[in-house]
Amino acid sequence: MAKYLLLKHYRGGPDKHPNAEARMEQWTPEEITAHIEFMGKVADDLRERGEYVDSQALVPDGEFVRYGGEGKPPVTDGPFAETKDLIAGWMIIDVESKERAHEAAAYLSSAPGKDGKPLYEWLEVRPFMGDPSCVE
Amino acid sequence: MISAHLLRDLTPQILGVLVRRGADFVAAEDAVQEALVEAVRGWREGAPDDPKGWLVTVAWRKFLDARRSASARALREVAVTREPPAGPAEHTDDTLLLLSRCCHPALTPASAIALTLRAVGGLTTAQIARAFLVPEATMAQRISRAKRTLAGQRFEEPGDARSVLRVLYLMFDQGFAGAGGKSRAAGDTDLAAEAIRLTRQLAASAPQDPEIVGLLALMLLHHARRAARFDASGDLVPLAAQDRSRWDTATIAEGVDLLQHALARDRLGEYQAQAAIAALHDDAASAEETDWPQILEWYDELAGIVAGNPVVALNRAVAVGHVDGPLAGLHLVEKLPADLPRRDAVAAYLHERAGDRAQAARLYTAAAEAATSMAEHAHLLKQAARLNQSGPSAPA
Repeated sequence: MAKYLLLKHYRGGPDKHPNAEARMEQWTPEEITAHIEFMGKVADDLRERGEYVDSQALVPDGEFVRYGGEGKPPVTDGPFAETKDLIAGWMIIDVESKERAHEAAAYLSSAPGKDGKPLYEWLEVRPFMGDPSCVE
Repeated sequence: MISAHLLRDLTPQILGVLVRRGADFVAAEDAVQEALVEAVRGWREGAPDDPKGWLVTVAWRKFLDARRSASARALREVAVTREPPAGPAEHTDDTLLLLSRCCHPALTPASAIALTLRAVGGLTTAQIARAFLVPEATMAQRISRAKRTLAGQRFEEPGDARSVLRVLYLMFDQGFAGAGGKSRAAGDTDLAAEAIRLTRQLAASAPQDPEIVGLLALMLLHHARRAARFDASGDLVPLAAQDRSRWDTATIAEGVDLLQHALARDRLGEYQAQAAIAALHDDAASAEETDWPQILEWYDELAGIVAGNPVVALNRAVAVGHVDGPLAGLHLVEKLPADLPRRDAVAAYLHERAGDRAQAARLYTAAAEAATSMAEHAHLLKQAARLNQSGPSAPA
């Protein structure tokens, strides 16, 4: 088994599919509910398969922070400029293969959006660094 | 087998006995934890006839052992001056004394809540960790750090009830906010229920303080609505849209009764005033029947007690919006700091009532972007979506 991080971006990444262009507040309330319920169903399905680890959503606000030097306060840069890549949240799964990780990401990406059509949303799939294997 | 409930009830009692015998709070808490570990190991075949007496004996011995290894001189002092008299176990109620140790103002609220849950609530570190969605080792460290902070503090007898009430209030709020969200699935610890249990215990030990009773009433009057706060799909349901038949009428009745007794003492405080507002909401058979003029009067009282509190001012603006019209409410909101949480949501609500649906939609969108919980984010987004869909003149 290997862990994968599925990253959802607010901004950044390849160009959006036309289905994903409308902002969420332009959908109907029912479409928003359907979308959230689908996300919950994906997590439940992965849980049932024994593959779900964790998922979290992030508040869009954020800043870059670094060391400010001896005895000085931290230096911040932000809020993020409009052009910067912005992560919206993630799901962590523990699966048998990279193919299976991609399949799970594709399932998540098929979440319904405006007019109930699949969003075709890009998700970044990143394998975790694992422990060294004891079986050569 | 030992009952988890029995241990949970006994934990603060044992701690109270040790503290009253003169053990300092931090050392006593360590000793009680060690005694509990020994009980879990030693009671597999069945609990002793007098579990409390057993635990007091073992905890006291642990405390003395720790003292002995720490300092021989301290041991002599303890042994000479603090050896307890023989006789039956004491029955004094130490709840306020113990809570005031755990809720010492030198601690951050998060640390105080964790320590309170363990030392007085009798929860295990693992249970507390699950409630906060952090690893057990992290929670164990948080509790140790809190105890190290306390080790250097001076204590007053019997301690400050105000800081205790604040910590219990925050504990309840945290549990209430999380209920129904994903934290519901995360653990078996209901922080709101724990806060009510502890406040109930505190109210029983100090019934003369109307603010303690007021806080208990406030918690119950909110807790009574918990089944209606989320719909079947987990969405947050605002007060005005809740199915009031799902409110817990027995809990409301208890809260109202407690509040009336507290108010009769004629020493008003912030928790009694907030409980009065909650009671007026609970009392309305429908949102339309809400007695807003009386709610506004209570907000005026509350604003007098906690002068300059912007959160109270924001909630008061909603009441003003109902009594004097949405524009009067908006006028007040505009004077509040722009970064005040929920300011945009309140402004959106008042703009919609004033008929400006476009501005309301914009503000709900902004409020959704600043929301700090998924349930709130989705709720605010749907408010914006509803207004964007139905056009400028359609009814809500």
